[in-house]
Amino acid sequence: MEDISLVTVVFMLPLVGVFALLFVRNLTDYTVRWLTLIVSLITFGASLLLLRNFDTSVAGLQMVHQWDWIDTGSVTIRYYVGVDGISIWMVLLTTFIMPLAILTSMKTIHERTRLYYVLMLLMEWAMIGVFVAQDLFLFYVFWEVTLVPMYFLIGIWGAEERIYAAIKFFLYTMAGSLLMLLAILWLGNEAGTFTVPEIIEKLNSGELSLSASTGRWLFLAFGIAFAIKVPMWPLHSWLPDAHVQAPTAGSVILAGVLLKMGTYGFVRFNLPMFPEASETFAPYIAVLAVIGIIYGAWVSYGQKDVKKLVAYSSISHLGFVMLGIFALNSAGIQGGILQGVNHGISTGGLFLMVGMLYERRHTKLMSAFGGIWKAMPIYSGISLVIVLSSMGLPGLNGFVGEFTILLGSAGSDVLSWWFTAFAALGIILAAIYMLYMFNTVFMGALDKDENKNLPDLNRYELWTLIPILVMVFAIGLQASFFFDFMDSSVKELVDQVSASAMAAAGR
Amino acid sequence: MFQVPSLSDLNVAAALPAVVLALGACVFLVVDLFVPRERKHITAWLTAGGLSVSLVLALLSLTDVVTFGDGEEAFFGMYIADQFTDMVNVIVLVTSLLGVMVAYNYLDRTNMQRGEYYYLLLFTTAGVMFMGAAGDLVVVFVALELLSIPLYILTGFRRPQEQSEESAMKYFLLGAFSSAFLVYGLALVYGATGTSNLREIWQAVDSMVAGDTSAQFLLLTGAGLSLVGLGFKVAAVPFHMWTPDVYQGAPTSVVAYMSVAAKVGGFAALLRVLVAGMPNFMLDNGTSAAWMDVTWLLAAATMIVGNFIAIVQSDLKRLLAYSSIAHAGYILIGVAAAGVPRVADEATQAVLIYLMAYAFTNVGAFSVIIAVERDDASNTGLSSMRGLARTQPLLAAAMAVFMLSLTGIPLTAGFVGKWFVFKAAIAADLIPVAVIGVLTSVLSAYYYLRIVWMMYFEDGDGEAATPRALAWAIGISAIGTLVFGFLPYLLSDMAREITLAFGG
Repeated sequence: MEDISLVTVVFMLPLVGVFALLFVRNLTDYTVRWLTLIVSLITFGASLLLLRNFDTSVAGLQMVHQWDWIDTGSVTIRYYVGVDGISIWMVLLTTFIMPLAILTSMKTIHERTRLYYVLMLLMEWAMIGVFVAQDLFLFYVFWEVTLVPMYFLIGIWGAEERIYAAIKFFLYTMAGSLLMLLAILWLGNEAGTFTVPEIIEKLNSGELSLSASTGRWLFLAFGIAFAIKVPMWPLHSWLPDAHVQAPTAGSVILAGVLLKMGTYGFVRFNLPMFPEASETFAPYIAVLAVIGIIYGAWVSYGQKDVKKLVAYSSISHLGFVMLGIFALNSAGIQGGILQGVNHGISTGGLFLMVGMLYERRHTKLMSAFGGIWKAMPIYSGISLVIVLSSMGLPGLNGFVGEFTILLGSAGSDVLSWWFTAFAALGIILAAIYMLYMFNTVFMGALDKDENKNLPDLNRYELWTLIPILVMVFAIGLQASFFFDFMDSSVKELVDQVSASAMAAAGR
Repeated sequence: MFQVPSLSDLNVAAALPAVVLALGACVFLVVDLFVPRERKHITAWLTAGGLSVSLVLALLSLTDVVTFGDGEEAFFGMYIADQFTDMVNVIVLVTSLLGVMVAYNYLDRTNMQRGEYYYLLLFTTAGVMFMGAAGDLVVVFVALELLSIPLYILTGFRRPQEQSEESAMKYFLLGAFSSAFLVYGLALVYGATGTSNLREIWQAVDSMVAGDTSAQFLLLTGAGLSLVGLGFKVAAVPFHMWTPDVYQGAPTSVVAYMSVAAKVGGFAALLRVLVAGMPNFMLDNGTSAAWMDVTWLLAAATMIVGNFIAIVQSDLKRLLAYSSIAHAGYILIGVAAAGVPRVADEATQAVLIYLMAYAFTNVGAFSVIIAVERDDASNTGLSSMRGLARTQPLLAAAMAVFMLSLTGIPLTAGFVGKWFVFKAAIAADLIPVAVIGVLTSVLSAYYYLRIVWMMYFEDGDGEAATPRALAWAIGISAIGTLVFGFLPYLLSDMAREITLAFGG
């Protein structure tokens, strides 16, 4: 057993919080809230140390921690965690979003408080687990476990049709992941190990070789699980229900982190383990991604409900991420990862915004608003920034991600220029539906009496939104800092994919 | 000349856990006569004590701390005391202990507190233990009857309630019928191989491959009929018809116990007969045993039928009855996978791991039903769960854990069981049946989660009573389910050395 690494510390902190909440008696709701917030802030602080200790010149895993967990005689399953350039921003995104989600719940969740915060911390624990796990068993465990707290969060604290949304979310995503389970088992049986780096090494050295068709089947088994999570068109139908019915914090977590588990899965597992299949399927996935971009934008435009609009816009944004990843070059993948983070921040911010509006008016219909700027100037100003960031205005974070992705897809060897052209169309559409929404809700005359005396942001809300604003500008203006961390890992991944694809072509 | 065998020839010590229990049951039977009706807790404690002694012995033997007797065979090869036996013993003894705990208060409040309950339970348990240890077809049959007959009586224990009597009658008639199938099957196996000893059958089958077609045909029929008989015990489709009616009518405490114990016994015997006795029974392909195909077809049918019908159930006991049918299907995947010789050990271990996980989870789930059930056996509908999370938060949390475990969500024991069973299936190239397995798991998630949503998402005044023994049983089951989920190596280490192969 090696020394306990920082990754394990970050990973286990939320679990410590869970146990504290479960077993300490006589906690008041007030203590529960603050305790949870503090635990999540400590976790965030610890994850910042991850950044500090991260060596950007190393491509492989860092701060690794492993020990044998299950030894069946034939196969060893390990507790194996670590971060590299692909996962570090995902971990940071999780630890960044969680305190905000908790903060926004402070004044809005009054029922079954303790259960709520236990579930929040469980959720954080499981999500970090997904991003740091390097053993397929461990990964699958947390992949599935994330469903449980979200099921309860939607089902207990959600809106009117929460039960339907919760069960649909659970069954839909579970159906996909179980096929992945079989692929994992198959791969583990063949490789004699469930550890991802070892499997990749065996594949590269030729010790374990998959036939082209096997590789494709496995790609699909993993891919469907991830595609449902992303969600890619046409597997997206759980998303609007879950996002709209979930409580604000639930939507923020769903959009902010859960969806990234899907895109992360593609980068972490599908590309390095099945490079040939990735090349083969790249154009098809890109087609779906582009359809998703345009479809998501189109449907967003037609929504009357702000929350639904934001939900459908996620489909569009995640289409960009997928397009970038399957450009299969450095720019595309780096852009994809960063855009994942951006989407977490911007869309997370939009959901927070919608939540605050809903708290005041108990409706999310755009037609119920108009001229809000005059009643709530601070709120509206911040919203404008977030809306612009989501649209991809230069200088803000969304632009950097989308631009890099388009750069990647335009220069891609596997995708034709058509994809880039249609995706760029998506950016225009995004501007249309976002500005249309902003116009209806915030601009114009303040003509409805109910809206005239809406209070502006309180302290909690302000502190929830400020970190988002900071990140919007930080990524927008200092993108190279963020790309630096990914460089080595992504470069190695791309080399590896093109090398195996070359080898396959030469065969 | 005939010689009276001495005790050391018999190697009785090797069978110590089972022998202790069987003798204990006989002693308690007499002791109970002197326990007055209002003080039956004495019998309950005695029973629990006997089970605990046996459990400790079985655990010591499983972990190799102590080796009982001399060698693995006792009673001249009739009884095999290997690691497989030990693990089967541990599973069924844990189940019975929990079974006694959930029964005590329940029997009291439903006016069924009679000493017979406890020693019938002990006899059934002994039956399961002998089934797991069977080294001879005769023992398989005798142990099956020892397992079944007390269960028929227990099912009708709620006399004069009609439902209970009806279910006992149904169970008895169909059970007798299936016993006939089994005994006929065993007889044909005997006819084909000329012996009833499993080790000798194994040798005979091995040399039979050369091509004696008439013997092969006999063996095939015999194995098939045995599969029918044992398939009835484990509630595999299409021999499952009795299950929902019996589970619904029988006293819930009996169901909690029998839903696991009868399965453990049935599967242990199935593994002994098929995997230990005829792993080499290959017809023409030479890669998998002849009984593999039919077993996986049964598994597929069982999973599909069990899960589909469970979806529409509105009574908790009936729902869990169909769920237990479905789980028989998952376990059968493991049995089928054992038909490929190189996977046999792994698959056998997987089945035992699954059964261990299932024991904690399923007894726990039925215990929660006992807690909500009223004295007149009503309030077992799905709606009785409504709002339970508010009125009984701990009980609801435990039930949620059981439901997630039955679904196979990670960090619960149920996932560990499914992981190993599916892993064995994939290793045996049974990919289609594994796919059916995971897809039906998604179906099952619907009806298990529906119980969770009744408890947590809907309002209601879910009422429940948890006397101390029952609360302990539920607590132990929940903790067991979670501990095995978080620390799967506990299960895999327990099963690691297990092999059914003769010839070592």
